[in-house]
Amino acid sequence: MGKTIAEKIFDSHLVDNPSGNINVIKLDAVFCHEITTPVAINDLVSRGMDKVFDPTKIKAVIDHVTPAKDSKTAIQGKILRDWARRHDIKDFFDIGNNGVCHAIFPEKGFVRPGYTIIMGDSHTCTHGAFGAFAAGVGTTDLEVGILKGVCAFHYPESMKIEIKGTLPKGVYSKDIILKIIGEIGVNGATNKVIEFSGNIVDEMTMEARMTLCNMAVEAGATCGICSPDETTVEYLWKFIDKEYSSKEDVLSDFKKFTPDTDAVYTDTITIDVNDLVPQLTYGFKPDHVKAVKEMEGEKVDQVYIGSCTNGRIEDLRVAAEILKGHKIDESVRAIVSPATPAIYSQALEEGIIKIFMDAGYCVTNPTCGACLGMSNGVLAEGEVCASTTNRNFNGRMGKGGMVHLMSPATAAASSITGKITNSTLWEN
Amino acid sequence: MKNFSGKALFLDRSDINTDEIIPAKYLTEITKDALKPHLLEDLKMDGFAVEDIKDKNVVFTRENFGCGSSREHAPWAFEVNGINLVIAENYARIFKQNMFNCGMMAVELSKDDIDNIFDTFKGKDTEVVTDFDNKTFVIKSSGDNLELSFSISEYDNELVKADGWVGYANTNY
Repeated sequence: MGKTIAEKIFDSHLVDNPSGNINVIKLDAVFCHEITTPVAINDLVSRGMDKVFDPTKIKAVIDHVTPAKDSKTAIQGKILRDWARRHDIKDFFDIGNNGVCHAIFPEKGFVRPGYTIIMGDSHTCTHGAFGAFAAGVGTTDLEVGILKGVCAFHYPESMKIEIKGTLPKGVYSKDIILKIIGEIGVNGATNKVIEFSGNIVDEMTMEARMTLCNMAVEAGATCGICSPDETTVEYLWKFIDKEYSSKEDVLSDFKKFTPDTDAVYTDTITIDVNDLVPQLTYGFKPDHVKAVKEMEGEKVDQVYIGSCTNGRIEDLRVAAEILKGHKIDESVRAIVSPATPAIYSQALEEGIIKIFMDAGYCVTNPTCGACLGMSNGVLAEGEVCASTTNRNFNGRMGKGGMVHLMSPATAAASSITGKITNSTLWEN
Repeated sequence: MKNFSGKALFLDRSDINTDEIIPAKYLTEITKDALKPHLLEDLKMDGFAVEDIKDKNVVFTRENFGCGSSREHAPWAFEVNGINLVIAENYARIFKQNMFNCGMMAVELSKDDIDNIFDTFKGKDTEVVTDFDNKTFVIKSSGDNLELSFSISEYDNELVKADGWVGYANTNY
């Protein structure tokens, strides 16, 4: 019987099978940030077990609240920073070099096909874009991962979502994943891995695949995963060119982690994108999804472009293309957070930051920022935000606020009018 | 092993997410105790009436409980309020794992059982007596008494006995 991508990864990482279908697997990387890691560190210290399994396999970043906004967040940063230093964790990204975890870690080449990765952050599923098994976990799983380099999971069942057709202009991977979540629901993939395939996924950049996989958890999935291919090789080549003699060699190595044609899935869903139009969320659950045109004209108070979903360079390029020569409406305020320093720097070089600033955007440093209302961009009661983030829960961006999730194109267009608006790129 | 018996709290809604259990703004706390006053704070925003949490030990709820953020602050916020057991139709994966990883229990019952429990006991002073070894709950209020058996996986059973995954993993790996 053939195997899915996740099954192949599990079979090559099995450490123990304590009972039933529980697999304890070896971890290739443990990612850490300053919100969920300090409690794990403190617990290890209090148990007299302040050790790490392998400092080269631990990557850490301060990203949720940076620079620190108060004494409590300063302490969280300090705990992570001190810990990284005392354990000689070289890949620790602090102020000046830090960015949103799920953007900066792939950008540094830390994610490879076939890897197993955990992090105390539900959007860790993003890294499945590289053909890795990457899952969000709680602090206790993180703690054991740091200490022992293992984590326990149910042997993975996969759901296959085939995305086919021709993607209309002005429609993006964000629209596709919103459409999928709207169709399968917030627990449509609970306890499953979503394996994305089809010509649309094959044609996607790594950035677009990351957007797709990022929101798999909003349908309850453990991980979203894409088959590694030439696009994956191209993205990673600069990090691995010393390890392989040619790109062809890399590809044939990565092919170990492509699914077998007779792999078994719990469900197979086919999404045809030929007639797909820009999507957004309208309620407090990520499966409250409808077409942007059904809500056009609804007033927004804030526009937010950024996050681990849509704060990457191609997201900023699309938004800038729409914003060029325009100003945001005087009734709205707009914020853009490039997800990493490299993205910020690239956007500066391409003149994108100038376009945002001329349009009237506030450009912040790389951070998770407004997405979860922990540092900047918090909404007042009754306010509405057009946002490129991944979660619209009640209170997420501030008590009494409403968040509509959408693509960077829709968010940019909405900032010009101050109302929910389809982008001009789509109309043309 | 933790206590799994006591007074019941009924959360009659599906898809309650971890932001509603403990809002992100409290994730800057580095002690579990600091979460205590904020349990279920944002669940009240929709006009959802949350019963008095004080002195409650067991939560009954519906489907997909604990979806969203991976924050283990959600189980911790229950734990510091004396609640170590949640009984629901089903859970988001990470929340359920976090509960057992902390030596707490997230038990699943069938839709029929959950419907029956809500129909019979919601709004009444209800007590749950858990027999961990024999895997039974006795749910009682004045006038009603329901005995139900439950099951958890062998592995989850070991995690509860080891008071969580750190203890288990440290012994085994």
